[in-house]
Amino acid sequence: MFGWSDLVTALPEIIVLSMACLVLLVGLVLKPEKDGLLVSLTMLTLVFAALVTLRDHLGAEAFVAREAFNGAFVRDTFGDVLKLFMYMVMAAVVVFAKQYLRNRSLFKGEYFSLALFALVGMMVMVSGNNLVTLYLGLELLALSSYALVAFDRNHLKATEAAVKYFVLGALASGMLLYGLSMVYGAAGSLQLQNIAQAAATQPDARLLILGLVFVLVGVAFKLGAAPFHMWVPDVYTGAPTATTALIASAPKLAAFGLAVRLLGEGLGPLQIHWQSMVAILAVLSIVIGNLFAIQQTNIKRLFAYSTISHIGFMLLGFVGGADGFAAAMFYIITYALMAAGGFGLLIVLSGKGVEVENIEDLKGLNQRNGWLAFLMLLIIASMAGFPPLVGFVSKLWVLKAALDAGYLGLTIIAVIFAVIGAFYYLRVIKVMYFDDAQTDEAIVASVDARFFLNVLAIAQLALVLLTPMLLDVCSSAIAAL
Amino acid sequence: MSLSHYLIVAGVLFVIGLAGLFANRRNILIMLMSIELMLLAVNTNFVAFSSYLNDISGQVFVFFILTVAAAEAAIGLAILVVLFRNRRSLDVEQLDTLKG
Repeated sequence: MFGWSDLVTALPEIIVLSMACLVLLVGLVLKPEKDGLLVSLTMLTLVFAALVTLRDHLGAEAFVAREAFNGAFVRDTFGDVLKLFMYMVMAAVVVFAKQYLRNRSLFKGEYFSLALFALVGMMVMVSGNNLVTLYLGLELLALSSYALVAFDRNHLKATEAAVKYFVLGALASGMLLYGLSMVYGAAGSLQLQNIAQAAATQPDARLLILGLVFVLVGVAFKLGAAPFHMWVPDVYTGAPTATTALIASAPKLAAFGLAVRLLGEGLGPLQIHWQSMVAILAVLSIVIGNLFAIQQTNIKRLFAYSTISHIGFMLLGFVGGADGFAAAMFYIITYALMAAGGFGLLIVLSGKGVEVENIEDLKGLNQRNGWLAFLMLLIIASMAGFPPLVGFVSKLWVLKAALDAGYLGLTIIAVIFAVIGAFYYLRVIKVMYFDDAQTDEAIVASVDARFFLNVLAIAQLALVLLTPMLLDVCSSAIAAL
Repeated sequence: MSLSHYLIVAGVLFVIGLAGLFANRRNILIMLMSIELMLLAVNTNFVAFSSYLNDISGQVFVFFILTVAAAEAAIGLAILVVLFRNRRSLDVEQLDTLKG
């Protein structure tokens, strides 16, 4: 049985969940001219949840991890750090989405409600302490994202993207579940700690390793790591840009959390077995992501392939033990901020009746609006990994972790492809700064959207100064697992 | 019947589902059925292990999987309806506007 203390432990999740239901109801009865209330409610939820999450860390006594619901759920620093960044990224995405949805008469309560349900799913994914909880969080996120991709239901490409996302996502869930059933059969428990214990002590780990392979395939699908990346470009291109921004940013943090919980915490003793498999995923993602991005003319598709290569870099951290996990966590946090900023800029540039889809649509952005072009420059240069931006620092740390673990060849390949990758990022920058603008239409951006764009882009510079602090937080969060 | 019999049946079901997903080139509805078959194979696995291990938690997991599978089917069918309205067919081969 569970009592009051369990509910208090899961308070952030409960707040977001009840507000998701409330937003859904309010959206039904609200008059169209007052629909700004939906955004205010969503933002209020995020701020409130962030305060509740932070409260336990700012108190006088040191924070200790707490388990709830008979060990099915855990509240630890690892989950809370990821959750705080999720709130921030989601807040930015919601603000960006507002104007985009209004311009296309898609502004409905469902969007914000589904976004909050997806957020609950992500929060459960990073806080799950047994296989059932992790699976339920994953499915809540996945089902909400399928609906969000199909949100523009009269748009052929969006529905096609939703079908592909749904079929491949369900396939991934099936694989993951089959693996989980094997792990359960071998370990005799659904609890992550018991699984780790069984994995460390069992002399014959064949069944566990069979399960591990399926689990890894499922996780790779959800992360979008090559060779399980087929859905990423199609879904990113087909979905409305507001949805793309959502599924490209915060869910990556959640998928990272899931990977750490399953591979690091549950199947950690089998690291020697999954290390080489993860290394293969990493190298394939970096190579395929960067090579295919070069030939893209659609900017959303280019960002999709760039995501695949970034996931590859993040996975490099996984081969490097505890330091590697911390470096990977730092990498995925900075990447989520970059992705939200990059897609946010595309949303802001897509005004009424204008859809920024191709790289050519960015022509002469510097002439049209110098400051926005500069923000885009910061984000894209950070994605490419140019110093002194944070994208460089985060790449440096994962490469160092891989090198320390003895993966010299892997590191060399990663560096070579990072250089190749710089080519397509530079092409976007060239188009923005050196080509002539095709329209001189003014770019309309609301004050709050501009605020979040500034925050996300300046963060690419500011986080460099905060790197030691953030890396410390990541290391202690991983160490406390 | 021993544990391995159940596991073999579940494995065969899972592979049939997987093969159905990849070999089917005609109708997306068949893909949905294949996905359902994969999830049921997983359920068989869980129940078999649960009974073998004398541990009830595996059977509890099955309830959750069944519920989620129902929700998943609902969303999948909703997406199919939207697709059919836009395109007037459920042919898998025609899903090719997004590529590159």
